[in-house]
Amino acid sequence: MPVRRVQAADIPHVITLDTRVTRLPKAEYWYEIFRQYGEQRRHERFFLVAENPMDRADSRLLGFIIGEIRAWEFGSAPCGWVFALSVEPKMRLHGIGSALLEAISGEFKKAGVGKMRTMVARDGRLPLLFFRSEGMIAGPYIQLEKDLD
Amino acid sequence: MKLQISTRLAIFAVLELTAREDRQLSVAEIGEKFGVSSHHLAKVMHVMGRAGLVRSIRGAGGGYQFAGNVRRTTLLDVAQLFEDLSSIERRTEAIDATPEGQTLSEVLNEIDDIARATLGSITIATMRKLIDRRETGRARPRNPPRRTRDASRAPKLKAITLFRGPDQQ
Repeated sequence: MPVRRVQAADIPHVITLDTRVTRLPKAEYWYEIFRQYGEQRRHERFFLVAENPMDRADSRLLGFIIGEIRAWEFGSAPCGWVFALSVEPKMRLHGIGSALLEAISGEFKKAGVGKMRTMVARDGRLPLLFFRSEGMIAGPYIQLEKDLD
Repeated sequence: MKLQISTRLAIFAVLELTAREDRQLSVAEIGEKFGVSSHHLAKVMHVMGRAGLVRSIRGAGGGYQFAGNVRRTTLLDVAQLFEDLSSIERRTEAIDATPEGQTLSEVLNEIDDIARATLGSITIATMRKLIDRRETGRARPRNPPRRTRDASRAPKLKAITLFRGPDQQ
């Protein structure tokens, strides 16, 4: 399945897919993400899309993944962070998430980093199962938080 | 974290049964592989049979077969047949009602939550993949570590809080 860099023409499809998954339309946000991650600092920011090889107009985009190389935050050496991944609900369990993750891993490796990270809600069972099945394990950091009174 | 011996046997047995599709093995065969008594293993298999994780095939050449879905069954599904993995208040002594006792309970619950999330995130298929990778790694020397980039050239990047999983609604 073809995975490539996002193009401006993909954004309406990204918005449609994201709205279907999250039920929260946010077109402005996605155009801004495209500007930041699709057009700027492309050597360390990666916004990739999986295309439908059938090229059907109603589901041209099967999924997308966004990540970037971040360095020295929390004392961490440069590493690739995946911070968004979405797959067309009807097309899940067909290897699309795996293809997207493999593609962005390749981009991170080409950029010279040897580690990839993401963050998943502890009760986010399906994303957890997915990332685990891709060989990701708990990293050396623990996320902490507190309520601000 | 320590698992009961029954839990470990159950996990090993499931991994052995799922090493090849439609594999069926006797208790003696599994026991021999891991050097454990057939008596203990038989009890473990019986519990898993009742839970629907394995089925027993009778007759000549019979044995046990995995009856679950390797991509859906997690280590938690197996472990909770033999372990108490709940975070429900386990102690009811007076000291546990004190602020100290309640605070300690919160810490212990946090540990339990992480343990459950970890066991619940690893399917039998994922375990098999990890085992295969380890076996392949033994057979082949690992690649040398990749170089990381020069610190002085590293970009300062802002924190991002967005995350959307592939299956999240």
